[in-house]
Amino acid sequence: MPRLKWLWLLLTALSLGCGGFFPQSTLAPKSDFSAAIDALFTDIFWWAVVVFVIVEGLLLFAIVRYRARPGRPAPKPVHGHTALEIGWTLAPALILVFIAVPTMRTIFATAGHAPEGALRVEVIGHQWWWEYRYPALGITAVNELHLPVGIPVQLVMTSADVIHSFWVPALGGKRDLTQGRTTRIAFRADSAGEYWGQCAEFCGASHANMRLRVFVEPVTAFDAWVARQRAVPAAPARGSLAERGRQVYARSACIGCHTIAGVSRGTIGPDLTHLGSRATIAGALFPNTAEYLRRWIADAPSLKPGALMPPQGMSDDDLTALVAYLQSLR
Amino acid sequence: MKSWLTTTDHKRIGLLYFWTAFGFFLVGGLEALVIRAQLAKPDGIGVSAELYNQMFTMHGTTMVFLALMPLSAAFFNYIIPLQIGARDVAFPRLNAFSYWVFLLGGLFMNASFLAGPLFGADRLSVAPDGGWFGYANLTERQFSPGPNIDFWLLSLQILGIASLAAGFNFIVTILNMRAPGMKMLRLPPFSWMTLVTQFLVITAFPVITVALVLLMFDRFFGTHFFIPAGGGDPILWQHLFWLFGHPEVYILILPAMGIVSEVLPTFSRKPLFGYTVVVYSGVLIGFMGWGVWSHHMFSVGLGPIADSVFSATTMLIAVPTGVKIFNWIATLWGGQIRFTTAMLFAVGFIAMFIIGGLSGVSHAAPPADLQQTDTYYVVAHIHYVLFGGTMLGLFAGMYYWWPKMTGRQLSETLGKWHFWLTLIGMNLAFFPMHLSGLLGMPRRIYTYGAELGVTQLNVISTAGAFLIGLAMLVFLWNIVRTRRVGTPAGNDPWGGATLEWAIPSPPPVYNFTVIPHVESRVPLWPTERHGPTAPLPPTPPAPIHVPGGSWWPLFTAFGLPLMAIGALSHQVWLVLVGVAVVIVGIYRWAYEPFEV
Amino acid sequence: MSHAHPTSMGVDSRKMAFWAFIGSECLLFGSLISTYLIYKGKSLVGPYPHEILNIPFTSFSTFDLLMSSLAMVLALAAIQRGDMKQGKIWLFVTAFLGLVFLGGQVWEFSHFAHQGLGLTTNMFGSTFYVLTGTHGAHVTVGVIWLLTLWVQALRGKLGPGQALTVEIAGLYWHFVDVVWIVIFTVVYLIQ
Repeated sequence: MPRLKWLWLLLTALSLGCGGFFPQSTLAPKSDFSAAIDALFTDIFWWAVVVFVIVEGLLLFAIVRYRARPGRPAPKPVHGHTALEIGWTLAPALILVFIAVPTMRTIFATAGHAPEGALRVEVIGHQWWWEYRYPALGITAVNELHLPVGIPVQLVMTSADVIHSFWVPALGGKRDLTQGRTTRIAFRADSAGEYWGQCAEFCGASHANMRLRVFVEPVTAFDAWVARQRAVPAAPARGSLAERGRQVYARSACIGCHTIAGVSRGTIGPDLTHLGSRATIAGALFPNTAEYLRRWIADAPSLKPGALMPPQGMSDDDLTALVAYLQSLR
Repeated sequence: MKSWLTTTDHKRIGLLYFWTAFGFFLVGGLEALVIRAQLAKPDGIGVSAELYNQMFTMHGTTMVFLALMPLSAAFFNYIIPLQIGARDVAFPRLNAFSYWVFLLGGLFMNASFLAGPLFGADRLSVAPDGGWFGYANLTERQFSPGPNIDFWLLSLQILGIASLAAGFNFIVTILNMRAPGMKMLRLPPFSWMTLVTQFLVITAFPVITVALVLLMFDRFFGTHFFIPAGGGDPILWQHLFWLFGHPEVYILILPAMGIVSEVLPTFSRKPLFGYTVVVYSGVLIGFMGWGVWSHHMFSVGLGPIADSVFSATTMLIAVPTGVKIFNWIATLWGGQIRFTTAMLFAVGFIAMFIIGGLSGVSHAAPPADLQQTDTYYVVAHIHYVLFGGTMLGLFAGMYYWWPKMTGRQLSETLGKWHFWLTLIGMNLAFFPMHLSGLLGMPRRIYTYGAELGVTQLNVISTAGAFLIGLAMLVFLWNIVRTRRVGTPAGNDPWGGATLEWAIPSPPPVYNFTVIPHVESRVPLWPTERHGPTAPLPPTPPAPIHVPGGSWWPLFTAFGLPLMAIGALSHQVWLVLVGVAVVIVGIYRWAYEPFEV
Repeated sequence: MSHAHPTSMGVDSRKMAFWAFIGSECLLFGSLISTYLIYKGKSLVGPYPHEILNIPFTSFSTFDLLMSSLAMVLALAAIQRGDMKQGKIWLFVTAFLGLVFLGGQVWEFSHFAHQGLGLTTNMFGSTFYVLTGTHGAHVTVGVIWLLTLWVQALRGKLGPGQALTVEIAGLYWHFVDVVWIVIFTVVYLIQ
C-alpha cells in the first residue's frame, strides 16, 4: 500500500515536541469509508506530485536557461504552435480521466448507505453538542459515540438548529447536518480505539468547542456499555453527599433543561442520566472531573462562549453535592 | 480637493480605487494577523470567540470585496482605456459613481467595528460574524440577533451596485471604444480578461443580490426563505451563494491572469505564446465557472449523481487553466528574460498558482473533499490561489504599471526584498496549512487543543503571516521613497508592446494626442508585416475636449448608505430620504450638460 | 444629449450598456423565478395558490401590459419619423397602461391580504410577493421614466434627435413586459 509514509515521517518529526499523536488525522484511516477516501487521495496525491515536478521543472528550466545575457540575439517572435496546444490540452485531460474514474467509483461506494442489519444511530446536532439516539437499542448518548468494531454503522443525521457537520477523520469524511433534512453516512470501523472528531461547519460562537469522541469497542464491551446505558443508575445512598446533590438538582433550574431518568425530563440540554460514565463534558471539551464539572456548572459561558446554560448562583456546598450526584450517575 | 470629488477622469478614479483598495487590503491583513496570533498557541492568546469570528468574517469579506476586486478595478480604470487607445471609459460619470459607492459601502461595513454602542451592544464592535459566505440559517435573526449580519448584507448590497455599474461600463468601453484597427483579436490580454471578468460580474452579482434580498426579508420582515420551521430551506442559500461565489473566484483570478499575460511577454521580449488559445481558454473558464458551484457543497449530501456531475465539470475546468500555464511557460521559452520585480511576481504567480491548482484537483474529487473541506487544507488552497495567484499577479501589475500611473519607477532593490519576503512568507504561512488540515484542524475555529498535534505547524504559519506583514512594510516604504526619489519613468521604461507605453507617464488628461491606428497585437513592437506604430506627436494637433467634473455621481452614491443606515436602525424616513437623494441625483445627472 | 461617437461595434454605447443591463436583469429575475419554483408546494398553511389566484383578472392585466408595449412601439416610431404629436400621445398611453397595470397589482395585493395571504403567511406568500413586487417596482421605474420623457416632450425638449433615448426606454419597457409574460405563465397558468 503506497500510503504517504514519508509524509507521516515528516509530520511525526515535526510533532515530536507534542508527543506525535494525531487523534484527528485524516491520514490514518480506521474504517472502510476512510480507507476508500485515503486510497483515492493517495492516488490523486501522486498524480499531483508528477504534474508538479514536470510543470514547475519546465518553469524553472525556462527561467534559468533563457535569462537575458548580453550578446544573445533577440528572441524569435514565435506566436504559437498548434500541435503543442493540442498536446497540452490532451495531456491534462488524460490525467484527469485517470483521476475521474476512481473518483466516480469511490463516490458511489461511499454514498452513505449501509447494508441490511447495520447499527442505526440518529445523530442530532445542537449548538454546541451532539446527541446520538440508538432507536433499536432504546438508548441515547451525548457527545461520545460508542460503536462496535467490525459491524456496519448507519448514521442518519439532522440538526436541531443551525448547520453542523459531523466529522471523525479516522472513520470517514464529513457530512452536514441541516435542520429539516436528513443526511447519512455509513462505515464499518475496522479497529477498536478512541477517535476524535469535531464539528466542521461554522455554527456560531462556540463552533470551535463542538467536539466529539468515538469509542470503537469490541462487540462484548459495546454490549456491556449498552446494558449500562439501558439501566437506570442506582439512587444515591441515603444520607450521602450525592443524595443531597440529587435534592439540589431537583429544586434548581437544572430540571427545566436536562433529563435524568426518573428525576427530570427537560429536553433543551443534553441527557444527564449517565453523565458519570462519560470521559468528557461540555462537548468533549474537558475531562469529566469534579473540578471541571464544578467550574462548568458555576459558569458555563466563561468556558464555552455562547453556551446556553447560564451561570448557576449556587452555594459552594450545593455545588459540591451536585457534582457528587452527577458523578454518581454511571 | 473639489477636482478629486467631482473627477470623471478614469486615471484619477483608478488612483482613488487603488489607494482605497490598498487601505482596505492593509485592514484585511491586520485582521489576518490577529487570526494568526490567536492560533499561534493552543487555546489561543486571549482573543475571544466573538472577536475571532468577526475577524475571519471581515478578513474574508474585506479581501474579496474591498481589496482584490477593487485593486483589479484600479487597473481596469487606469490601464484599459490606455491599452485600447481611448480617451476615457464609455461612461465617465458612471465610473465615478462606481468608485464612490464602493468607498461608501466599504466604510459602512467597517463602521460596524465601532457601532456597538449605537445598538445597545455591550461591546464596541458589532462587525459581521457569520463568515464571508454567511450561511443561513446561522445568519437568520434567531441565531444572529445583533446588527452584525445586517451590516454585512446591507454593505454587500451596496458594493454589488458598484460592481454592476462598473461591469456595464467596462463591457461597453472594451467592446466599443477601441482605437481604429484594434480588432477583438488584437486586444491586449489584460483587456480581454477584464472583459470576461465583467461579463461574470454582471451575471453573478444579480444572483447574490437575490440571495441577500431574501435573507434581508427573513431578518427584517419575518419571512422564512431559509428557515425550515416555516417551509424554507437553508440549502437554497448555499446554492444561490455559490452560484455567485464560484464565478466570483474567476472574477478574482482572471484579471491577475491578464496582468501576467502582459508582464511575461514584455520581460521575455517575446509576444504572448498562443494568444488566441490564452484568450479563448479565459472565455471558456468564464463559461465553465457557471457549472461547478456545487463543488463547494459536497459535504451537504446532494447525492452521488449530483456529486459526480459537479466533480466532472470541476476537473474539466483544470484543462483550460493548465493550457494557460503551458502557454505562459512557452512565452518564457526562448526569450530574453529580464528579472525585474514585476517579472519576479509574474513568475511567482505561475509557480504558486500551480500548487493551488493541484490541491484544487484533490478536492474536486468529492470523497477526498469530504476529508478536506472546511479544514485548513482548503484554507491553504484558497490562499495559494488568491494570494499566491491573484495577489502576486496584482503586485506584478503594481510594479509594471506604477511608472505609468505615477511617473516614477519603484525601487527595484526594495522590490526584490518585497518579492522574496512575500514569497517565503506566503509559503511559510500557507504550506503548513495543507498539513494541519490533513491532520484534522477545521477552519474557523478560534481555539484548538494541544492534543491535536498541530501546534508547530500553526507556529510556522503565524511566522509566515508576520513575514508577509513585514514584506508589506517594505512595499509601503518603497512607495513612500519612490514619491521622493523614484527614477522618472519616461514613456516606456520596460519596452512594452501595448499602447499605454506610447504616451507620457503619467499620461495627460486626454491620454493620446492623436488616437493611434493599430495594426497588430503588439503595436509598439515590430512584427513580420508591420513596423512599430509611429511615435505620437508630443502635443495635440487640435484642441481636445475634456469633460469637466460632476458632483452628481458622489451625490447619488450618498443615497445608498443613507438607505442602509435607515434599514439598519429601522427608520423608514431615513430610507425614504436615501431614495429621494438617489432620485434627485439621477435626474440632475441625466439633465446635466456633460459632453463626452 | 451627446453627439454620436464613432464606436467599434457600430452600436451606440448607451444602447449596448442597456443590453448588458438587461442581460444582468435576466439573472436577477431568473433567480427570483427559480426561488418561486423551488418553494412551490412548500407552504405549510394556506391560502394556497389555487385558492386565491384570479386568472381572468390577471389575464386582463397581462393584456393591458402587452398593449402598452404596442403603444411603446407606436410612440418610438412616431418620434423617429418626427411626428411629435403622435409621439406624445403614445408615450402617455404607454405610461397610462403601465399605471393601470400597477393599479391592478395594488388591488390584487390588497385583495390577497384581505383573504389572509400576507408576506409571511407561508412560502407561497413570501415568494409571490417578492417576485411580483420586484416586477412591480420595475414597472414603477418604467412609468416614471416614460412620464419624464412625456413631460420633456410636452416642454418641447424631446424630438427626433432624442429618438435613441426613447428607444432605450422602450427596450426597458419591452423587457419588463416579457418578464411579466414569464411570471404570468409560471405563477398563474402553470399551477
